[in-house]
Amino acid sequence: MNTLAKQDRWLLIGFTLAILAGPILLKPFGAGYPDLLQKFCIFGIFAVGYNILFGLTGYLSFGHAAFLGIGSYTAVWSFKLLTMNVLPAIILSVLMTAVFGLVIGFLCLRRSGIYFSILTLAFAQMAYNLAYSVLTPITNGETGLQLVKGDPHVLDRWFGVPIVDGIPSTNFFGISMVGYSGFYFCAALLIISFYVAMRLTRSPFGLMLKAIKSNQNRLKYTGVNTRSYALIAFVISGCYAGLAGALLAVTDPLAGADRMHWSASGEVVLMTILGGVGTLLGPVIGAGVIKYLENIFSSFNEQILNGVFGFLPDALQHPVVKFVGLFVGEGWELTLGVLFLVLIIFVPGGLMQGFQSLQRRVFPTQPTPAADATRGAH
Amino acid sequence: MDAIFLQLLNGLDKGSAYALIALGLTLIFGTLGVVNFAHGALFMLGGFCAVGVQKLLNLSTQVKDESIPGLEMMVDVPYLQVWFGDTGAQIISFAVPISVIVAIPLMLLVGVVMERGLIRHFYHRTHADQILVTFGLAIVLQELIKSFFGATPIPVPAPQMLTGSANIGEWLGMGAGVSYPWWRLVYFCFSTAVIAMVFAFLQFTTFGMVVRAGMRDRETVGLLGIHIERRFTIVFGIAVVVAGIAGAMYTPIVSPNYRIGMDFLVLSFVVVVVGGMGSLPGAVASGFLLGILQSFASMNEVKQLIPGIDQVIVYLVAVVILLTRPRGLLGRKGVMED
Repeated sequence: MNTLAKQDRWLLIGFTLAILAGPILLKPFGAGYPDLLQKFCIFGIFAVGYNILFGLTGYLSFGHAAFLGIGSYTAVWSFKLLTMNVLPAIILSVLMTAVFGLVIGFLCLRRSGIYFSILTLAFAQMAYNLAYSVLTPITNGETGLQLVKGDPHVLDRWFGVPIVDGIPSTNFFGISMVGYSGFYFCAALLIISFYVAMRLTRSPFGLMLKAIKSNQNRLKYTGVNTRSYALIAFVISGCYAGLAGALLAVTDPLAGADRMHWSASGEVVLMTILGGVGTLLGPVIGAGVIKYLENIFSSFNEQILNGVFGFLPDALQHPVVKFVGLFVGEGWELTLGVLFLVLIIFVPGGLMQGFQSLQRRVFPTQPTPAADATRGAH
Repeated sequence: MDAIFLQLLNGLDKGSAYALIALGLTLIFGTLGVVNFAHGALFMLGGFCAVGVQKLLNLSTQVKDESIPGLEMMVDVPYLQVWFGDTGAQIISFAVPISVIVAIPLMLLVGVVMERGLIRHFYHRTHADQILVTFGLAIVLQELIKSFFGATPIPVPAPQMLTGSANIGEWLGMGAGVSYPWWRLVYFCFSTAVIAMVFAFLQFTTFGMVVRAGMRDRETVGLLGIHIERRFTIVFGIAVVVAGIAGAMYTPIVSPNYRIGMDFLVLSFVVVVVGGMGSLPGAVASGFLLGILQSFASMNEVKQLIPGIDQVIVYLVAVVILLTRPRGLLGRKGVMED
């Protein structure tokens, strides 16, 4: 099991190239700037991790944003207290979320189905509400935790890193995490995360998780302790979320409690579903689509629309602009909602299944077994 | 003692809103087996029924201001007031109760269309798919409302004669300090009446009997030659109406904006699950229970004892109940456990 199957290797290579070439590929779509590309990568990691739990084991967690928030807070504290180097921040965040994941997962996984979802939701909302109220000394409440002048940076002092006047920026052994270097750092981590998720999915462990999804009872009857498998999956996906949270702090050292709100948990569910549950590539694509809508569609205004539809006769232009205006700018979430409804109704397997069936229609070869399996499930 | 009684009252109005939404959710779940994430959006839709009715009643025309003689000033006066004088003004101030009457047929229509048009196709899909499609619908409804009414909360006043506070303390001989806004009292009575009506409908009518039988064993009822699906569609409509009028009546308490539904939805789900999926009495009981607990936890004495408890009490109770009683307070066995 030390080598990847042939098609997986090609998938990984293609994925790596696509991510690294992101700035060039996405330029025509107006998304070729590092701020947004970073977000694609970070939320890609979040969604890939979420998919390990939801896609493989079928446990629908509504509280994953809590791990995102915990990761961010840990990272910012590491910047404040230890060093501006991002490596310790990331390691500490992942460890911290692993601990929280272990505790929360242990409690939540005692129930399944919707009871599990509500338990995770309850824990996340508790974290969110406490971050705003009692834990203000740790989280800095509504203002959000941020770097200030005079933070100790203990490790930086020990190793004699020159202290800059004012607020220092995050770095990776001297490489500043601003602009494209920040993006490539996130991209590298996304590729590593993707590789790990791929190995995990193809391993016997991943097979066990899939067995939990398809029939947990039968698995129990054969003497397998399913809960410990599910718990490991929960912790791993929590760590992914923690990593994503840490990266959010790396690219912008500010952690706010709104990252833990249940709507953020809902967003990652949408990403995973939109792309395709249980597929490797799907969650990344879903994350990209949603972040693209959020950042690009929301910036369209009437002027731009008038420019786009300028070729239409005036009588037609006005109503068309009005109608399209509903879906962009402030109303980008309407596009998301409609897209989501259409996908769930017509292509339950998400964008990935859509691509596959399109591919089959264009190049009618023998059907792939994986696609048949998803179709058979519904 | 007074303070405790006051908190009890304060908990009741929030509890009644939770109970009404949770009742609707449970009705839908118990009959159709669908987890309806759009229920909060329906609550919001009801609230915006009230906003719409209020706006409609307040349609104004320009009239010469006669309060200051000798000055040529035009003021906006609602048509109703121009036509009917003070009676018109009274009608306008009763926008919210009127909107309830408007909301009933409107929400019934929304419910039936929603069930026949969308939910019906999801009976045989997984629970996750049902959650997601209704969640998507909720986003669409929310955004449509946002594009029509804007994102800021729109205040809807209670009828003028009900704006003050009721001196409940004096009635019960408890000291004058215990007063309670009239409208909240009305809301509590209203929701109790609605809950009683729903239960009576299910318990004492033939229609309700068939529906209850269908909840137990859908196939057998179908084999007896009863068109159970049609009845369930109506039950869905009723649940939507309950959410809608709960939302319409709630507008004077909290000014509605397009997100109000989602905020209520999350808590209502906690309420439903704590009560036990599929149990109507459980939903109502846990709605009031959590509402009252929330209000008690926000007392200063309690907050000093356990800091932050007011923020997490609902979720904490939910976690404890779910971990000790796997099916919630009154849940049935084997519902939604896989």
